[in-house]
Amino acid sequence: MTTAPISSGAELAAKREPHEDYVHQHHWRNAADEAEAAKFGMWLFLATEVLLFSGFFCAYAWGRMTHYGTWREASHAYLDWKIGAVNTVVLLLSSFTIVMAIRELQLARKWRAFVYLGITNLCAIFFLVAKIALEYLPKLQDKKLPGANFWYYNPHGTHDHLFMSVYWISTATHGVHVLIGVLVISWAMYWTARGRYGPKNFMFVENTGLYWHIVDVIWIFLFPMLYLV
Amino acid sequence: MGHHDRPYYASKETLWKTIWSWIYTVDHKKIGVMYLCAVLLMFFLGGVFAMALRAELWEPITNVTKQVQAEVQATDDAGRLVYENGAEVLVPVLNDDETPVLDADGEPKVEPKKNDAGQKVNAEGEPLGDPVMTPEVDADGNPVYEEVIEREGELFKGWTSESGTVNSNNVYNRLFSLHGTIMVFLFIIPAIPAALGNIFLPIMLGAKDVAFPKLNLGSWYIYIIGGLFAVYSLIAGGVETGWTFYTPYSTSTNWGSVTSMVLAAFILGFSSIFTGMNFIVTVHKLRVPGMGWFDMPLFIWALYATSIIQVLATPVVGITLLMLVFERTLGIGIFDPALGGDPVLYQHFFWFYSHPAVYIMILPGFGIVSELIAVHSHKRLFGYRAIAFSSIGIAAVSFLIWGHHMFTSESPSANVVFSALTFLVGLPTAIKVFNWTSSLYKASISWTTPMLYAAFFIFCFTIGGLTGPPLATLATDIHLHDTYFVVAHFHYVMMGGTVLAFLGGLHHWWPKFTGKMYNENWARLASILVFIGFNITFFTQFFLGTQGMPRRYATYVPEFELLHKISTFGSWVLAIAFLMHAVVFAFSLAGGRRAPRNPWGGLTLEWYADSPPVEHNFSHEPLLTHGPYDYDLVVPPGWDPADYPLPDPEAVARAHGH
Repeated sequence: MTTAPISSGAELAAKREPHEDYVHQHHWRNAADEAEAAKFGMWLFLATEVLLFSGFFCAYAWGRMTHYGTWREASHAYLDWKIGAVNTVVLLLSSFTIVMAIRELQLARKWRAFVYLGITNLCAIFFLVAKIALEYLPKLQDKKLPGANFWYYNPHGTHDHLFMSVYWISTATHGVHVLIGVLVISWAMYWTARGRYGPKNFMFVENTGLYWHIVDVIWIFLFPMLYLV
Repeated sequence: MGHHDRPYYASKETLWKTIWSWIYTVDHKKIGVMYLCAVLLMFFLGGVFAMALRAELWEPITNVTKQVQAEVQATDDAGRLVYENGAEVLVPVLNDDETPVLDADGEPKVEPKKNDAGQKVNAEGEPLGDPVMTPEVDADGNPVYEEVIEREGELFKGWTSESGTVNSNNVYNRLFSLHGTIMVFLFIIPAIPAALGNIFLPIMLGAKDVAFPKLNLGSWYIYIIGGLFAVYSLIAGGVETGWTFYTPYSTSTNWGSVTSMVLAAFILGFSSIFTGMNFIVTVHKLRVPGMGWFDMPLFIWALYATSIIQVLATPVVGITLLMLVFERTLGIGIFDPALGGDPVLYQHFFWFYSHPAVYIMILPGFGIVSELIAVHSHKRLFGYRAIAFSSIGIAAVSFLIWGHHMFTSESPSANVVFSALTFLVGLPTAIKVFNWTSSLYKASISWTTPMLYAAFFIFCFTIGGLTGPPLATLATDIHLHDTYFVVAHFHYVMMGGTVLAFLGGLHHWWPKFTGKMYNENWARLASILVFIGFNITFFTQFFLGTQGMPRRYATYVPEFELLHKISTFGSWVLAIAFLMHAVVFAFSLAGGRRAPRNPWGGLTLEWYADSPPVEHNFSHEPLLTHGPYDYDLVVPPGWDPADYPLPDPEAVARAHGH
């Protein structure tokens, strides 16, 4: 991936990419307004995401208050902090790579951006595979299931099933967000390869990055709450 | 370029293309009109349930104990039982050797003659029919009476439960639950922002569209999907949990289709969030050059405050309802006391959204009333900034007072805090009402339908608002909670407030977005009937509540009969008035006079656009030369007193120095 300078006019025309001709939508006065609005809208959406997860955090806080001992012991007994830690590192790395992808688009180096997006996506897929293969499936087999379906033969406390409820619904909802992230990043990769995004038009990728950060940040809170308590 | 001079709803070359131009549109006006049709349909549906439950209360389900004369089966002189086609035939009972069986007294034993099928037969050998009954008498020949409990007033006798037994109480429970769910989630929350707001927010800002037109269309489709879930739940047995879905009842009942109704509310929440996001960004980024924050019409301020609540509160109810679905499907137990959960936790989650949500419902109504009063009294609004900031103030306080819905289920110390905070809401709300009434002072008011609605709004909303403090006061709330007083209070705020403002706004902007005038006199008559019917229906409920009539009961003691009947009578007046409005609108669409650009003499930007507006709202970006309510400085643009729909436009014209 070299960025050799373009020498001739003919070469320029041949290499012209869609993002260079980007025109903002008709109802905007200029592209800057449009880009700012898109980013503003995304931040509002992130606020709704935080508030969505606030329900789980409140349920967690309630359980920690009313079933104090259980909350601590169930975490130690059923969750392996090492798997959580590896996944945390992987997500943090992916947040870095998606920022680099936006940086490369701003510098009009689409293939580098493509690779960074690819690494981000691999991290996301790794997270999901690790989550399902190392955590969800063994727990399913042991019947360490939420609430009324908790039939693990050797429970540690009287309210383990409630801890597992909070664990399952919060991590599963987070997992769905990771899955949506994979789809959106794949979409961004496809259109990056097709040349839609560049210095004039990178807001979709930037908003994808913002979304991906909030998914990361939520996990940063879930990890200590569930695994390190 | 056709879209510069044709109405936004102009037909395309073929019918199919016209339909496609609606279902695939990103034009905020078309989306707003589609929202309007949908919410009006839902208003009708919710209204039908309301009428049905009021009708049930006209003649409620009651157990009546009656003395009836007991009956026994008639016998003839020989002591044989009599049937409708003759008496039974007694034949001797025979032993195996054909000798008669004798009883203890040595007499031959007899039994009724039967055919091969085992049926008793008469002398002709025909099977006997129904027995003949005769009044029972005692040994002295006096008639014998017995007590029978009869259920009366079962209006919905034909409705059966899944197990096949008739249960009218459950029908009543479903009626008020469906009325509440549909009115709250499908009508009143989207009614003003998503319908009227969608059409007019961009025009009033001088913009071509909202910030995210595709998201806007997406929000409409999400609303429709949510609506389909709700209609499915309705057909598949309905819900009887009330619109609040309180646990543990909502998690334990197997009745109806609670899960799909909860999912409907969850999906509708996203539609609301997306509209809110869109409006916030539009207000920030798409105001016409020169329009500062304090040059915005107050309707926009109200929608802005509403949108903040929609964005910040709705996700919480989203996750709450999702947890309720998990509770029902996976049994997660967080709200289930049997598993160590806490049902009151659900109430906290639910009201953390649903209290702010009542301001989602009323704030846009405030905005509309500000517009109506300014335009139809042709006068600068008193206290513009105070009204604008009070909307934001209400939005801020709304997040701090959810606990007042749980005065009977939370700790006394929490009660004190929430009670005190609840009184705070009165401040910004009263600021609005005082400013509106001050604006009317020495104004040249034209009593158009919208202005009538603004006046009705102030009247009804003030009653609704002032009956709030007795409910916020702990001592009185213990007496009044869960009575009809609460029902009357929130209907005075929601219906006397939001619905009246919505109808006022609909009439105010009808000429603008349809391009047709409506018949002013008929509309005024209908609006007066709405006002009268509304007050008959709900003012009686204050009395019922203070006298102790509990809400959500299918029946009542005889003392309440008169007030209940008056209330039900009022609901009929309301129904007739709403039908009249519908007819007036239908006539307007079919053959109404072509609307002028500025029929009322308004100064906000939508009155600069054509009636109906072109596809991009304005042929050229409008130039802002005055504030939204500068009636003392500017003659309204394109306004001709001759256009005025009322018979006395001269007085209005004089107010403008014509």
